[in-house]
Amino acid sequence: MWKYWCKKIIRLIIVMALISFLSFAVIYFAPGDISSMYITADMSDEQKENILAELGLDKSMPEQYMAWAARAMRGDLGVSLSNKASVWPQIVSRLPATILLMGCSMILSLTLAIPLGLWSGYKKHTWIDNIISSVAYIGMSIPAFWFGMLLIILFSAVLRLLPSSGMHSVGAESAFDTFQHIIMPCITLSIGNVAVYIRYIRSSTIVQLSEEYVLTAEAKGTPKIIILFRHVLKNTLLPIITLMGMNLASLVCGSFIVESVFGWPGIGTFAMGAIGSRDYPVIMAYVMFSGLLLVLGNFAADILYTLVDPRIKRGGTLDEG
Amino acid sequence: MKDNIRTFKKELFSNKAAMFSLILLFILITAVLLAPLSPYDPYKLDAGQKLLGISGEHWFGTDEYGRDYFTRALYGGRVSLLVGFLSMLMTVAIGTVIGVFSGYAGGRLDTFLMSFTDIFLALPSMLLMVILNAFLQPGLKTLVVVLSLFSWASVARITRAETMSLKERDFIVASRNLGASNIRIIFVHIIPNILGPIIVAATLSVANAILMESSLSFLGLGVQIPLASWGSMLQGAQAYILNYPYLAVFPGLMILITVLSFNLLGDVLRNVLEPKIVK
Repeated sequence: MWKYWCKKIIRLIIVMALISFLSFAVIYFAPGDISSMYITADMSDEQKENILAELGLDKSMPEQYMAWAARAMRGDLGVSLSNKASVWPQIVSRLPATILLMGCSMILSLTLAIPLGLWSGYKKHTWIDNIISSVAYIGMSIPAFWFGMLLIILFSAVLRLLPSSGMHSVGAESAFDTFQHIIMPCITLSIGNVAVYIRYIRSSTIVQLSEEYVLTAEAKGTPKIIILFRHVLKNTLLPIITLMGMNLASLVCGSFIVESVFGWPGIGTFAMGAIGSRDYPVIMAYVMFSGLLLVLGNFAADILYTLVDPRIKRGGTLDEG
Repeated sequence: MKDNIRTFKKELFSNKAAMFSLILLFILITAVLLAPLSPYDPYKLDAGQKLLGISGEHWFGTDEYGRDYFTRALYGGRVSLLVGFLSMLMTVAIGTVIGVFSGYAGGRLDTFLMSFTDIFLALPSMLLMVILNAFLQPGLKTLVVVLSLFSWASVARITRAETMSLKERDFIVASRNLGASNIRIIFVHIIPNILGPIIVAATLSVANAILMESSLSFLGLGVQIPLASWGSMLQGAQAYILNYPYLAVFPGLMILITVLSFNLLGDVLRNVLEPKIVK
């Protein structure tokens, strides 16, 4: 058991190190000199050297990486190259918007996918299942950002019901105003995951319904709805937890794109701006943040899974083979 | 083998979803290949013709530079499909080689290669792709390389599992005992026998690559002007979305149709080629 967790934690650390090193290397070796954004031709050599030293750009790449990593471990993510302000508070101030969006999307995805998936699996191969499955199929194949654009066309341009971008209207601070702003980004971010969850829950429901305990429950006269939501759902929830952990990746990356479509003021928009100005401390901070969220999400899913399903414990060697 | 192919064809052609997606893809690919037959130049600017809207002359209207949008969409499709196919080829090649060798060799090499694969599966690929594309010279080549770099891992997982279950089978053991070299066994006996799962993975990976490409190009990190793909057309359409929504509708529709067809086809192929999985 210990071995299993140690392995998981070692893998977590390797993944984080690799993510940071890879991004750092890409930024470092990218064509175009980062310093050229901060040095002008009329500076004296001494001034130039000072700026390079100040930015830490006068050292070799491994040295720069190690220095960055050592500082990052202590929680110091450096100073933004473009506005000279510390990166950490800038990320923290934009984090709530992103977390709000992701959280809402997760809730929406589950509340939509669970009943639809169960229903579709229960009514296997009927017209209702066909409709739900087709919609899930389209949800899986549609580019999320384009779906977002369609929503803007429908609800902002044609119906004029919802605001097309941002998080607040000017001067308005009410929760209802934020709610209006979050509807479209949230739906856009959820569509892919809803589709994946529905397909998963559907097939799992079909398998579960053929189990003998369902037959027993039916024989005892338990209503269908109870069988579905109490017995079948309980057995389906397990894989959903893992799926959610794995799908954090699509949530993190999805929010990056969705934020850019709707001008949502989260860390994704912040990072997009930083990519444009090659502000590497900000980009690194964003990548590490998203990477950590993702890796920890997977880890949490693993833990939850073990807690809920004690059978995993016996399989200390599960991830081998 | 011949019998297998016959039943395969029969099942494929009797499946409505498969036929539907095959026909759609056939139409799409033909149209895209015949794009030069269009009377309009996809690159020539014409200020007098801009933002004309849908008409008999311009089926998809014209864009903000007065170019025929239907022609643009056809040429954009060439780029999107090319990126999809090329990165599928690379993804499948890398994934199959690593997966098959890992599964066939077993032992330390297997452990090492699979740890490597697992780490790649755990990487936030879209994020790293964004960064890679932003800092490398963006363009078609970068796109293909980056897309396959972050997609091969799942193919490797699948091919490894298939190889593992195959390599202890009697006919492989027999040919090894008859003195066949490992390379020969891999290429003559193993790979042809796991073609089914490879084809399924390849079909789904085209869909995936086209979807990813569209996202990256939409963010401005994919193909660069004057080249356009469906994704980058959507990026251009964003500024006109409230007044000229048709600019945003058509390229997205093309992506949806293409990706949907490949996904459908992949699913059908999986059911036909891998009968183990009972639905």
